[in-house]
Amino acid sequence: SVNPDLASERLTASFSVQRLTAVLDGGAERTRVRRAVVAAIESDPVFSRENQYFQSQNERYEAAVRKAVHVRKKMQELGWSEDGPESIYVYRALSGDVAFLLHRVFMRSISVLGSDRQVAKWIPRATEYQLIGSYAQTELGHGTYLQGLETTAVFDTSTQEFILNTPTISAMKWWPGDMGRSATHTVVFAQLYIHGKCYGVHPFIVQIRSLRDHSLCPGVTAGDIGPKMNFEHIDNGYLMLQNVRIPREDMLNKFCEVQPDGTYVRRGSQKINYFTMTSVRISLIADEVILPLMKACTIAIRYSVVRRQSKLKPGEEEAKILDYQTQQEKLLPQLAAAYAFHFINNYLHELFNRGYKEIQGRNFDSLPELHAFSSGFKAMVTQYCTSGVEICLRACGGHGYSLLSGLPSLYTKILASCIYEGENTILLLQTARFLIKCFTAASAGQPVPPSVTYLAAMKPRRCPAKDKLDFLCPDIYTEAYQHAAIRLLSSTAAKLQDLIQSGIEKHDAWNQCTVQLVQAAKAHCHYITVKNFVETVEKLENKAGIRKIMKHLCDLFALHGIFSNAGVFLHDGYISGAQMDMVTASYLDLLGVIRKDAVPLVDAFDFTDESLNSALGSYNGQVYRRLYEWAQKSPTNKQISPAYERYLKPLLHNKLSKL
Amino acid sequence: AVAMMNADLRRERAAATFQPELLTHILDGGAERTRRRKEIEALVINDPDFQHEDLNFLSRSQRYEQAIRKSSLMVMKLREYGIADPEEIYWFKSFVHRGRPEPLDLHLGMFLPTLLTQATPEQQDRFFMPAWNLEIIGTYAQTEMGHGTHLRGLETTATYDPATQEFILNSPTVTSIKWWPGGLGKTSNHAIVLAQLYTQGQCKGLHAFIVPIRQLGTHEPLPGITVGDIGPKFGYDEMDNGYLKMDNFRIPRENMLMKYAQVEPDGTYVKPVSDKLTYGTMVFIRSLIVGDSARSLSRACTIAIRYSAVRHQSELKPGEPEPQILDYQTQQYKLFPLLATAYAFHFVGAYIKDTYHRISGDIHEGDLSELPELHALTAGLKAFTSWTANTGIEECRMACGGHGYSRCSGIPDIYVTFTPSCTYEGENTVMMLQTARFLVKSYNQVSSGQRVTGMVSYLNDVSRQRIQPQHVAARSDTVRVNDPVSLVEAYKARAARLVEAAAKNLQAELNHRKSKEDAWNRTSVDLVRASEAHCHYVVVKLFTAKLSEISNAAVCAVLTELCLLYALYGISKNAGDFLQAGILTAAQITQVNQRVKELLAIIRPNAVALVDSFDFHDVHLGSVLGRYDGNVYENMFEWAKKSPLNKTQVHESFHRHLKPMQSKL
Repeated sequence: SVNPDLASERLTASFSVQRLTAVLDGGAERTRVRRAVVAAIESDPVFSRENQYFQSQNERYEAAVRKAVHVRKKMQELGWSEDGPESIYVYRALSGDVAFLLHRVFMRSISVLGSDRQVAKWIPRATEYQLIGSYAQTELGHGTYLQGLETTAVFDTSTQEFILNTPTISAMKWWPGDMGRSATHTVVFAQLYIHGKCYGVHPFIVQIRSLRDHSLCPGVTAGDIGPKMNFEHIDNGYLMLQNVRIPREDMLNKFCEVQPDGTYVRRGSQKINYFTMTSVRISLIADEVILPLMKACTIAIRYSVVRRQSKLKPGEEEAKILDYQTQQEKLLPQLAAAYAFHFINNYLHELFNRGYKEIQGRNFDSLPELHAFSSGFKAMVTQYCTSGVEICLRACGGHGYSLLSGLPSLYTKILASCIYEGENTILLLQTARFLIKCFTAASAGQPVPPSVTYLAAMKPRRCPAKDKLDFLCPDIYTEAYQHAAIRLLSSTAAKLQDLIQSGIEKHDAWNQCTVQLVQAAKAHCHYITVKNFVETVEKLENKAGIRKIMKHLCDLFALHGIFSNAGVFLHDGYISGAQMDMVTASYLDLLGVIRKDAVPLVDAFDFTDESLNSALGSYNGQVYRRLYEWAQKSPTNKQISPAYERYLKPLLHNKLSKL
Repeated sequence: AVAMMNADLRRERAAATFQPELLTHILDGGAERTRRRKEIEALVINDPDFQHEDLNFLSRSQRYEQAIRKSSLMVMKLREYGIADPEEIYWFKSFVHRGRPEPLDLHLGMFLPTLLTQATPEQQDRFFMPAWNLEIIGTYAQTEMGHGTHLRGLETTATYDPATQEFILNSPTVTSIKWWPGGLGKTSNHAIVLAQLYTQGQCKGLHAFIVPIRQLGTHEPLPGITVGDIGPKFGYDEMDNGYLKMDNFRIPRENMLMKYAQVEPDGTYVKPVSDKLTYGTMVFIRSLIVGDSARSLSRACTIAIRYSAVRHQSELKPGEPEPQILDYQTQQYKLFPLLATAYAFHFVGAYIKDTYHRISGDIHEGDLSELPELHALTAGLKAFTSWTANTGIEECRMACGGHGYSRCSGIPDIYVTFTPSCTYEGENTVMMLQTARFLVKSYNQVSSGQRVTGMVSYLNDVSRQRIQPQHVAARSDTVRVNDPVSLVEAYKARAARLVEAAAKNLQAELNHRKSKEDAWNRTSVDLVRASEAHCHYVVVKLFTAKLSEISNAAVCAVLTELCLLYALYGISKNAGDFLQAGILTAAQITQVNQRVKELLAIIRPNAVALVDSFDFHDVHLGSVLGRYDGNVYENMFEWAKKSPLNKTQVHESFHRHLKPMQSKL
């Protein structure tokens, strides 16, 4: 039975939850496919995550391997192909709790960087799992700065082999997933040396474990890097190579080749390579970043209508904690952000599909823009969502701290996304570099990519809002965001120019402006997100209350941003002090409005209880019963603890000195 | 062999402009106290009984077992060494458990003190010595599954039965199950249980009862008692937080703690004389949390700053070697304001502790006048410092990139151990609103013509000297961005403005609506902001005041830089408040932002020395990235080799899953 406090929330929804779910999925048909996949996966006990919170690192790893093996069988049985519509939902239904994700990266890198012959040699074997691959780029001493990698590959003309070495401790490959225990092969990035000359970093396919008994190959030292904040199921590994020889043919050589006599030949454009990197950044946003925030919101909001604490009015029943303004102010902006980022993710995918077509036609013009977009949005969305999940966690008080709430593991997993595939600060600076270039070009009247034409636009110098309702007008707040982005960028560009003109070297000037540059890049991404949310809302069906509630969320997302960054908007007087009070008033009013639909808005995300895996967030709201039942399953309550006989008993019997 | 110190760290230390030991003495409260702290630290660290495998590689059960082993030894050795001063006990315990919680925390920190303050002499005779000798191990069972913040809502009942002169304890609902008490799950054999007292058919509110829960000798739960561990948490692996369910469990009348309220044999209830002293305990515990905020953030800063001096990456200048990442402005901007914050919070923690001790003296003489303000202030400061430290620890971890995510960095552990302090001993938002209640009350007093004193005395000026945007020009040249005293004034003006705004919004709501509570709820976001601004002002004020006490010129100079950075960074981050109130002009904000960046460069050469001054021993720090000698990479490798996944060369799952798959496909 559904907890009445949760049931009553669902009776008053102002919109159709089912329709909104279809909007989020991109159509009712996709909702159907997704649900079918989820049902198939969740009904299979091999994929159960029921005891996950009680398992050790070793048990988690083994389960992930078991699932990876089983999911292949399952997909074959059900006739789902690797590139069929079901496959994206499979990973999602497993909540990523599966091994061999790096195996896919291994295969993709061979497909992109390998010659036709190499693809023909390796891909079929990898597809059949005759070998398990990993991708070894990051080293102990180097992550961000790839040119600084220290692993070496020296070409030996006499044997036609590369000799791979890890010359220092800091050159050890460190972090690659699936490499600690599982992988038999890996793509190693190393500095290529021919006849004593260094040609920079290149990829090599290296076998690291025996295909017969899985023992390490001669010259190879590899293992697991030890416990992390999360990803216990993944064997992130280290790898040390001592004079490991591989044939000349095993350098991935689509773009460059070492000929038998040691001649180095470069061919084709490597630009497509950048595109791969950028597409990885975009592809991780949906599953690794936005979904966890949606899950966290679902858990925290459902719990907040079940949890009652203190009284709002004397003599009445204790109030649902979601009725407290402070609780709304924590959770509802995160909910709005989840929707905002869902829509910006759609936008990025459209942009990329368009870009991909151009690139296939050998037109690389959109590459810088795509790269700047993927970097900036990866950074902004991961940072925003990570902090959002943490807010949800802390909004659940003590029970949020229990692993059984599901929130700690959502948090520790999402926060890794701020670092992998590009550390966020570095990425924002890349976006900033692009923006400064465009700003300079736009100021000089030169053409710039469509997403940044606004940089050249002249805008009114004051916000025209007269009362708090004006701030519910999308034009008003979108212009404010645009104005802020232009101001931050132009003042940073001016500062940079000043420093350079005063005789400071370019790179020094750049470093001295990086704090401002990061802020400007964020402002740009924030503006685009607001603008895209507004445009999405305008295009939504005006049926079943969908557009109305989305408009409220869009307003909330925008006004929360202004409220939280008031200084940026007040700085040059674009928004006046009196207007800022109107923003605050409208923002707080919206909290009350959205509060009424909060539960339907998270129901629309359509997560099953199995995928939430939370004692606090289940659909039926039987929070306390679940918490009690789950706790009793804890191994600490089943096993006889040796601590009693060994330590507690002597302690209680006051025999301390005998310990 | 003595390992060489990493060359980067050696250079950093040589270039410092001050002696770190002198600053350590200031943090400890004198050279003698530093000496004694290190003496106690050495007792623990050189004791082979307290050494063990890295806890990161142990299961939860194993960690609990290690903790209980060390706790037993700790109690014995404290008595053997004759360490009795509370602060020295705290040091000893924190070195033994390396800053982590332990299963006897509630016994030592709550069960024994509660017996001392709330038990009658007769009860003390029965319980105190056995508890002191650990024949009785107790916990403090207050929080229930359904109630934490709102104590009056607790549902556990204790019904008096005059026929047998017993209380019958019951957990009538699932939500009434006691949930979270530390040491309850596996360790304790007694609990002080808070329950609604029913006698002669009437509910008399919450009272405390001593309840035996496990059989002495076998440690099995007693009939009528269901007790266990609440399962895995984010952190606190060594603590057996527990649940407790009671079904018609009877205890003798004499087990109710009856120093204040009493139930007579016939069931007559005798009311307690009013007891304001519980305020004092809360103030004390919250002051500990402020100190803990400072220490936890200091540990994270130590790790992140040392690692940033050792780590080299990318290029600053084309063609030159890769620079230390601490040379990047963005990295300095992440870490140095946190370093300044850690120092600020140290001084705030020390201030509250001193004030508490001073007021405690007054209380014994019956003067309670300062207590309400201190109580209100510590509620807010507990929330303000723990929120800031919580976020700061995560920023430190992020600043360490991928390696920060590994448990070998030590920061994940600091975070998961610290973050519950945002919730326990008063949920932070609730704490902020308590402070706000005091601020609004003070504001209303001023409005009605009374004067207020203490930290809120700035409110006296609000009604007279209206702070209006049109006064910007007049006020702007009064704020000097290089003068901490002038910045204190700016923070004061911001606090005054936000308290006034919140109080006025509250009044406006009251004019529109009937219910006081509703109006309060509709203003609570404003009220929290006002509280935050007040706390921020107090922190800046206390940090600034500390500067005048520093005699050594070099130390004073570097602390002044940190104080300025703390104050200016806070203005920069909250520029909207200062602009909107007309306290600073846009031009001044630009100047503030610029000055922050200059200070980053000024503090940079002293950064490592400033974290060295925190003086964390490597064992206590528990971090491969933050090691004093900076030999990070080789020790990461050594650490990883001990990972449980590396126990066998070929993992057993190869034979179980991988091999069958490869042969089938």
